[in-house]
Amino acid sequence: MTALLTSARTRPVGAPAPVDAADVVRRARRAPRRRHRLVVGGLGAALFVAFAARVLLGDYTVTIPDFFRILTGTDIPGASYIVLESKLPRAVLALLTGVAFGVAGGLFQTTLRNPLASPDIIGVNLGASAVAVVAIALWGWQGLSVSIAAIIGAITVALVVRLVAGPHGGHRLILVGIGAAAAMQSVIQYVFTRVDEYDAQLVLRWLTGSVNGVAWPTIRLLALVLLVLLPLTWWLGRSLQISELGDDTAAGLGVPGARSELLLLLGVVLCAVAVAAAGPIAFVSFLAGPIARALNGGRTTLLGSALAGAVIVVAADYLGSYLIPDTNLPVGVVTGAIGAPFLLWLLARGRTGRRAA
Amino acid sequence: MTSATAPATRLSASRLTLGYADRPIVTDLDLQVPNGKVTVIVGANACGKSTLLRGLARLLKPQSGAVLLDGEVIHRQPTKHVARILGLLPQNPIAPEGVTVVDLVGRGRHPHHGAFQRWTSVDDEAVAEALELTDTLGLADRVVDELSGGQRQRVWIAMALAQGTDLLLLDEPTTYLDVAHQVEMLDLLADLNARRGTTIVMVLHDLNLSARYADHLVALRDGAVVAEGTPRQVVTEDVVRTVFGLDNRVIDDPVSHTPLVVPVSRHLRQAQPPTQELP
Ligand SMILES: Nc1ncnc2c1ncn2[C@@H]1O[C@H](COP(=O)(O)OP(=O)(O)OP(=O)(O)O)[C@@H](O)[C@H]1O
Ligand SMILES: [Mg+2]
Repeated sequence: MTALLTSARTRPVGAPAPVDAADVVRRARRAPRRRHRLVVGGLGAALFVAFAARVLLGDYTVTIPDFFRILTGTDIPGASYIVLESKLPRAVLALLTGVAFGVAGGLFQTTLRNPLASPDIIGVNLGASAVAVVAIALWGWQGLSVSIAAIIGAITVALVVRLVAGPHGGHRLILVGIGAAAAMQSVIQYVFTRVDEYDAQLVLRWLTGSVNGVAWPTIRLLALVLLVLLPLTWWLGRSLQISELGDDTAAGLGVPGARSELLLLLGVVLCAVAVAAAGPIAFVSFLAGPIARALNGGRTTLLGSALAGAVIVVAADYLGSYLIPDTNLPVGVVTGAIGAPFLLWLLARGRTGRRAA
Repeated sequence: MTSATAPATRLSASRLTLGYADRPIVTDLDLQVPNGKVTVIVGANACGKSTLLRGLARLLKPQSGAVLLDGEVIHRQPTKHVARILGLLPQNPIAPEGVTVVDLVGRGRHPHHGAFQRWTSVDDEAVAEALELTDTLGLADRVVDELSGGQRQRVWIAMALAQGTDLLLLDEPTTYLDVAHQVEMLDLLADLNARRGTTIVMVLHDLNLSARYADHLVALRDGAVVAEGTPRQVVTEDVVRTVFGLDNRVIDDPVSHTPLVVPVSRHLRQAQPPTQELP
């Protein structure tokens, strides 16, 4: 019964493949790769432009030669201070937090297979923020210990949401997560009613996020942590394209489901350290993942998400500073204003999970 | 592997109990998958076929008992090592958005890549062969999301083939396929078995095709083996009635001379007296 019924359309097993079949494969594999390179190149260029604009332009313009002179140590009265203590740290912090939020968004949305299942929607960021606020305002913590408090907060909220919602990324996770986010928000608000000086700027930072007025040591700490976390994410994320095939197929290919859990945990920690430095900048993860994906023909790209996140934060901070004269909007207000309509659109479209099979 | 030294089975289950949470689905099941043969599992909906297949493929941890691969408990072997020996096509695989056919099929090569070693021309060849075998080479640069159900199913089978394993477990590989493609797919798997000696275990719903393609047939009911053996031993009117609760006749398949099940349906019985009046 075997081999006899082979029709003209299929080739018997073991017969040599014509040479051109492998060529077809090679050619077909090339197109998505080229597209990905274009996406990464394009987002990289956009980030460069946004970063340069943030550092050089605005209400105090710095020329490029002056900028490099300042960087190499020449003291230009006025300009040096503004660049080194205001514009540059803001831009660098915006870039770093954007990368962290972007990667976390890509990890969450891909692993949970749901664009709404982003850490900023399901309360991870606000969880980090709430515990950080408690640590700072009530316990007087500073520096690294605040980051650690934020990480503990983020992981706790993620675990609780996970336990209540069950292991899948469907509607339940989103609803429970939104509930958790609201609860965390009220914790933050409550803490601010308890502290003596009710500083509106500070409240805004911990509720919506801001890259304003952060000192270099905090930025350096974030950079160092990312220097460890991002290569680790890249290393573990190589199997993301297997994990995204679903638990059964992935396990069949030798990638255990525990790997996805680990990637989610990394996403949580990335968010937490970014929140500890700049607050829960709204909707960055939520926007970066889908934008990078859409540019990349619907396919997952962590590098794309990272760059998209950075572009969003750097550009939003620039817009927030100079869009409305004499008003310095925190970056989170701007990203919130961009993200909210997108959230509504996604909800209205009513397709939170992706098509099966 | 020479047949003189080959063991009769590389994959077996002993006193295997599988389930979800506390509810056992498959209970105390013993099964020896004959090496180099085509084994087909049949049974009614929800009797535990997929559960058993997932257990055999180490996707589900046994509540008791064990699955052995090459004489060792499968759950204790490195999962990537198992993935080079045993491939699985789940019942409802999920294609990520935007993924092209070559990309998806290429992911079947994952177990063959080490920590640093990436894609090589060997992988290109393996993917090309899998695409050709499943008649999907022409779809190579299409997006999987945008294919028909049958095309998609063939792409998934191509992915399992690209994995290049000695054992292949397939959960309803013929769903979504039209009758010609069903026969063709089963021919392909039979070919693979005959030429490469690939051991195949699959769940099928079509009893007649099962009887035609199986060397070894396993009938499940409520998570237990009701009958096991050659199609002629298993596909009898009694067994079909026990397993599916279906009144039936078994005749000889004029093409393959394997058993052919002809259902006796209620509708037919009612319609039998041609003179009967309609109410
Ligand atoms: N992930 C799960 N969690 C809980 N129960 C499950 C799960 N998967 C299957 N079951 C239950 O286990 C039983 C057997 O399911 P299984 O998928 O093994 O059936 P099957 O024989 O493959 O059926 P079908 O022919 O419909 O594919 C069913 O009652 C089903 O509801
Ligand atoms: Mg099933």
